[in-house]
Amino acid sequence: MADRLAIIASKGTLDMAYPPLILATTAAAMGMEAGIFFTFYGLNIVNKKKYHKLQVAPIANPAMPMPVPNIIGTLPGMTAMATKMMKGMMGKANLPTIPELISICAETDVKLWPCQMTMDVMSIAPEDLIDEADNTCGAGAFLDYAADASMSLFI
Amino acid sequence: MGDVADIKPDSILDVKGLCCPMPVVKAKKAIDGLESGQIMEIVGTDAGSKGDIPAWAKRAGHEFIGSTEEDGGEVFHFFVKKG
Repeated sequence: MADRLAIIASKGTLDMAYPPLILATTAAAMGMEAGIFFTFYGLNIVNKKKYHKLQVAPIANPAMPMPVPNIIGTLPGMTAMATKMMKGMMGKANLPTIPELISICAETDVKLWPCQMTMDVMSIAPEDLIDEADNTCGAGAFLDYAADASMSLFI
Repeated sequence: MGDVADIKPDSILDVKGLCCPMPVVKAKKAIDGLESGQIMEIVGTDAGSKGDIPAWAKRAGHEFIGSTEEDGGEVFHFFVKKG
């Protein structure tokens, strides 16, 4: 049986969308099976209206490349500004965009499972999600997949 | 295997300027088009590839033959034989 990577993506910010997608696409390229379970804010990564405009917030984030004092971070427009700066740096490094990584997931058979419970709680309809993430999943189904995985990550 | 610099690859993949995960993703796509035993050269600038390409080759069932560097470690050439 091929090695298997099972990931839970629970965060919906731009910076936290990258690790699950990078690891899953790389695993697929290495001949492993990979599946990502998108739960809570992680669902934004497969939300049609949101996945191309995920943001990174400077407030309460001392790890920003150019740290912003929290009181400044609360000002309107600061999240947009931090996101623009981060995207500029990512563009300079030629990092693929989130939609590009999702396309690679689809091409390489990485499974993308939206969490049914999160969809119910947040009133998200299946048509709000990208076509690549059409199979909703619950905790039981994910655990069944993860029980046979050699690597399981919570991100 | 003799000197890595003498290897004549059957195909060359240019991933210069791309960073993780793209060199590995593109290498997988490109090697799918080769026959078993053929050699692919990957030319890139991502320093992380020095670890990633050998690991990818091993996991994906290919043989990592070796690598060379040029421009003072700015450009890397990796040689992989399809398994």
